[in-house]
Amino acid sequence: MRQLLAGKTAPILIVLLAIGLFWYAAAIWMNAPWQQTLNQRAGLENVSAIDFVAQTWAQDKPLLPAPHQVAGEIWNATVGTDIASKRSLAYHAGITLSATLLGFALGTLLGVGLAVMIVHNDASERSLMPWIIASQTIPILAIAPMVVVGLGAVGVTGLLPKALISMYLSFFPVVVGMVKGLRTPEAIQLDLMHTYSATPWQVFAKLRWPAAVPFLFASMKVGIAISLIGAVVGELSNNAGGGLGVRLLTGSYNGQTIQIWAALFIAAGLAALLVIAVGGAERLVNRAMGARP
Amino acid sequence: MSRLQTVLAALAAAVSLVGLVLALLAGDAPLPVLCTLLAGSLTAVRLRFAWSIWADGAVMVLSAVAILMALPAYDSEPLFFWLALVACWAFAWLFVERLSQAIRQRQVSGKIFGLIIPLIFGLALLFIWEVVTRGANVPQVLLPAPSQIWARLIDSVPTLVADFQQTFLKAVLAGYAMGCGAGFIVAIIVDRSPFLKRGLLPIGNFVSALPIIGIAPIMVMWFGFDWQSKAAVVVAMTFFPMLINTVAGLNQSSSIERDLMRTYAAGYSQTLLKLRLPAAAPFIFNALKINSTLALIGAIVAEFFGTPIVGMGFRISTEVGKLNIDLVWAEIAVAAVAGSVFYGVIALIERAVTFWHPSVRGGRA
Repeated sequence: MRQLLAGKTAPILIVLLAIGLFWYAAAIWMNAPWQQTLNQRAGLENVSAIDFVAQTWAQDKPLLPAPHQVAGEIWNATVGTDIASKRSLAYHAGITLSATLLGFALGTLLGVGLAVMIVHNDASERSLMPWIIASQTIPILAIAPMVVVGLGAVGVTGLLPKALISMYLSFFPVVVGMVKGLRTPEAIQLDLMHTYSATPWQVFAKLRWPAAVPFLFASMKVGIAISLIGAVVGELSNNAGGGLGVRLLTGSYNGQTIQIWAALFIAAGLAALLVIAVGGAERLVNRAMGARP
Repeated sequence: MSRLQTVLAALAAAVSLVGLVLALLAGDAPLPVLCTLLAGSLTAVRLRFAWSIWADGAVMVLSAVAILMALPAYDSEPLFFWLALVACWAFAWLFVERLSQAIRQRQVSGKIFGLIIPLIFGLALLFIWEVVTRGANVPQVLLPAPSQIWARLIDSVPTLVADFQQTFLKAVLAGYAMGCGAGFIVAIIVDRSPFLKRGLLPIGNFVSALPIIGIAPIMVMWFGFDWQSKAAVVVAMTFFPMLINTVAGLNQSSSIERDLMRTYAAGYSQTLLKLRLPAAAPFIFNALKINSTLALIGAIVAEFFGTPIVGMGFRISTEVGKLNIDLVWAEIAVAAVAGSVFYGVIALIERAVTFWHPSVRGGRA
């Protein structure tokens, strides 16, 4: 028992359990006033405490849906619905996922390109770096509606506007991480390459790039999580396109709280999967490059 | 001169020369543009004689001014106009390239000119934005010119101030203070219990990778349309970065330092106040800086889900619908300035508090 508690799994499970219990309790507390009104209207008197609690956990549009309601909705909307249907959460998750991945790929490419430029050219470091950092202190997600609507007005709709927002959000961690990574080789190693009369390209491909790979993956984990946020927020401005953001928005217009929570959890699961996938790729690449475990 | 500089210099002179010929053939070219194209072509003499770095800078500034003056002259700009723009850009790049080389070789002071380089880059970006949007008649709904945005910003100061008060002064500041405060206090509690540390931290790390911003519609439902719901979103977004960073920071003091505190017979609170919190300060400020941006984003995006008829996010989403893109840009400019100032203030406080840290004392950390 003591060994179990000393690890990480048991404490995490206990904390999760506590959160779950707290959630059920909060659901009773928050849904109770509305349930009382409902019962009065229906003329129900003398509802026993247990029945009343069960009622608060089974409302149609609860203020706070109980976890099992959310889980049920997720199950119904993914497995229980045809995947091509507009009611299927899997369909909407697919739309968000494709925008996220496209934006993430573009952002990573842009970030790596900028980092290579910054490392190899003094002038571009001096002119770009302050602006790259400054660009992150501004609330860039605010431009999301404008990108979507502006590009929509000139006929560019669908994936690309959302992907551009994701790209803008995800390039920053990659630039910063890669500049650091490409600079990790020490002077002595660069000198060694020099004595081999290595060309600049060889120095890059055989020394700088391998040294920067761990930094690249660390930045990509951050980048893919914020790519997803960019895609979801981009969807808020384009009701017709579908996606998890649209589910959030329609849910909030119609008061469908269970739908909102389900979309939220799918988005969270998607973020977790993406981060785990990048982590898996990191391990594979590390092994292929002969890193010591 | 390095190879890149030679290429840039040749490009600038050649483009100027072609532009000059085209402008002379066109016959009606404005005089300032003609003059700068001529000056640009003359820089070809650098192939024989040394050409001062400041002369490059002067050509850059002159041609920028000439292009701006010539902007309203045509309905659609002729080819030599765009060549002048390319030449101007090449001179700017060459100037910056030579300037950074001069700084590297310590011919000029890096303190002053190191600041000028990013400034030139920023101004060049604005300049190209202005010239391209007006010169190529880019549809206003796609991208308005900076001058239009500025005019709109001046026109609608009262609206912008009201939005700023609603979003920044009420929602962001309140939510930021509550979220960071709660994260800090919980971190100190969690820090006392190794069990909670093992259980809560992985979850906290996980949650900070999630799109927390999605809870905005729920918060609007719970706390109503006014700023309270936005502050709630900000609290949720800022809580976890603060929690994780503070706990990580509290582990920063080494065991030898803690042992020293023990030999002084210092109690828990004394160790916390005099050793561990100061050691955690860089981490705490890191979280405060991350959160300053997150808070503004959270408040603005939460307003997309419903607000009273004031607020930065509300203005952005409704004016986008009316295709008043210049007002949206003005609002974004305000948000950008607010975000940068917020960040800057925290960075200044950080410098004052963590004066002992290597990154502040000078030298690169």
